[in-house]
Amino acid sequence: MSSSYLPVLILLGLSAVNAVGMVVASQILNPRRATSEKDMPYESGMVPLGDTRARFSVKFYMVAISFIIFDLEAIFLIPWAVEMRTLGWEGFAVMSIFLAVLVVGLVYEWKKGGLDWE
Amino acid sequence: MDELSSTAFVISSMIKVTAAFTLMMAVVAYMTLAERRVSAFIQDRLGPNRVGKFGLLQPVADGIKNIVKEETMPATANRRFFLLAPMLAIFPAVVVFAVIPFAAPLPTPWGVVDMIIADIPVGMLYVLAFSSLGVYGMFLAGWASNNKYAFLGGLRSSSQMISYEVALGLSLVPVFMLAGNVTLTEIVWQQQQLGFWYVLPLSLAFIFFVISAFAETNRLPFDLPEAESELVTGYHTEYSSMKFSMFMIAEYAHILTVSALMATLFLGGWSVPFWSGDHMFWYDGVLISGFNAAGEAMAAEPAVWKTLLTFAAFGVKTLFFVGVFIWVRWTLPRFRYDQVMHLGWKVLLPVSIAYVALLGATILLLDQMGVTGFAFGAILTLVSGAATLAFIFFMDRGRVMEGASVASSPRGPRGAIVPDTRGVRELRDPVPAALQVREDKSGSGPTVTH
Repeated sequence: MSSSYLPVLILLGLSAVNAVGMVVASQILNPRRATSEKDMPYESGMVPLGDTRARFSVKFYMVAISFIIFDLEAIFLIPWAVEMRTLGWEGFAVMSIFLAVLVVGLVYEWKKGGLDWE
Repeated sequence: MDELSSTAFVISSMIKVTAAFTLMMAVVAYMTLAERRVSAFIQDRLGPNRVGKFGLLQPVADGIKNIVKEETMPATANRRFFLLAPMLAIFPAVVVFAVIPFAAPLPTPWGVVDMIIADIPVGMLYVLAFSSLGVYGMFLAGWASNNKYAFLGGLRSSSQMISYEVALGLSLVPVFMLAGNVTLTEIVWQQQQLGFWYVLPLSLAFIFFVISAFAETNRLPFDLPEAESELVTGYHTEYSSMKFSMFMIAEYAHILTVSALMATLFLGGWSVPFWSGDHMFWYDGVLISGFNAAGEAMAAEPAVWKTLLTFAAFGVKTLFFVGVFIWVRWTLPRFRYDQVMHLGWKVLLPVSIAYVALLGATILLLDQMGVTGFAFGAILTLVSGAATLAFIFFMDRGRVMEGASVASSPRGPRGAIVPDTRGVRELRDPVPAALQVREDKSGSGPTVTH
């Protein structure tokens, strides 16, 4: 039933109007008396030191890469989970092989220290 | 009972969207008040009680204050993304509610109206898709502010949210296996038919879902992205007035949605416990209440009072979880970031994969043996209960979190609390000699030799 998506579109539209409306309203309604001190980024009352867009820990990239692999795994599991009881043991065996391959990957990453955060 | 004509469908949809949206915003406003009152109660103070009776008009006062308050934006901020971020935060938090059924179908003179905004076939996948968009708002807010606290908060929140999304997705797999569908209406229906709320036969999945939900909403004990004591308020440090409000609304809307999801997926949604009069489901275009012994569908009898009663049941279950969120926030301390990552990747991920395999094998075995009905649910409850106990026993022998806990040790004096160092890596691998700090003979402090 494609018509059942219509209410979703209505809600998406309403939420988008709400989100944009709140920002626009705040731009129009809020008073602004900017001074150079007020416009500084907050750094506990000090004059900001250095640039914010500095290098940051590579760990965050590691997490992002692991996320892609394992979130895709979850996405692949969902269609199988929905049809599991009709697919029976054959489907279970196939999915077990898929999971085993990913578990090997997880163990490898774990042993290499890719999941450590120190 | 008939389905609606297309005109009536459009009109009823518009009414439902408007009503649900308004109700959600109102509940979110009062959740902020509830949070402040409950925190005050827990900390033995009064909380806001001056604006209106019991402080009931406080959310209105807060709203007005936030609209007329002066707003600042750092001169060095990226203006375009700075304005975009609160929109991206609030938008997904509000739209996720669309696929959650909140009451039994309502009979009207024009046909039976489903008490769900949109019963779309993708159901839960829609929730996963939109709730994961919330991370953009937070990261963009942190990045665009050009503030170091905000930047660190944004980094932490994005990293934490994607980590726990994996666990969240995997904790949903057992639910789909048992229900055989991803639509929330069918998940509620299957729970009614089984006679067990999924919290019993899928207890470990429920625990993982709750943990991941706390991490996804950035609530304590996972509130590192906003850690007040180190990052001011994290990714929304530079936001003030209405835009700050938008982040708050997004956070509370997210909590409300996640609570409703917990109630729907694991506590039977809108169904009233121990009562079969509210069993209703669209089956081949007919609203049925179940199947009789011969396997024939029995027509359901929707009624206005049933809709109201089931809506009340849904409200009670959802608000219970909202209460748990608030209670936990003011009770538990915050994790360290390495503990958050440890829990997500080294505990929840492998254990939930094993749990999926265990439960899949059990369900297939029971199907093969022809076990159905109460026995099916009871055996699954036992298996999951054993898995949950084993999980708690093996993982929480003093330390779910590596190197985090304190435990009384036989080495220390009786009853003394000695730090548990079993998980500390340094004790196992000494620092390589090349990197060791040598005592400087001249006395001007230690130097590092390479």
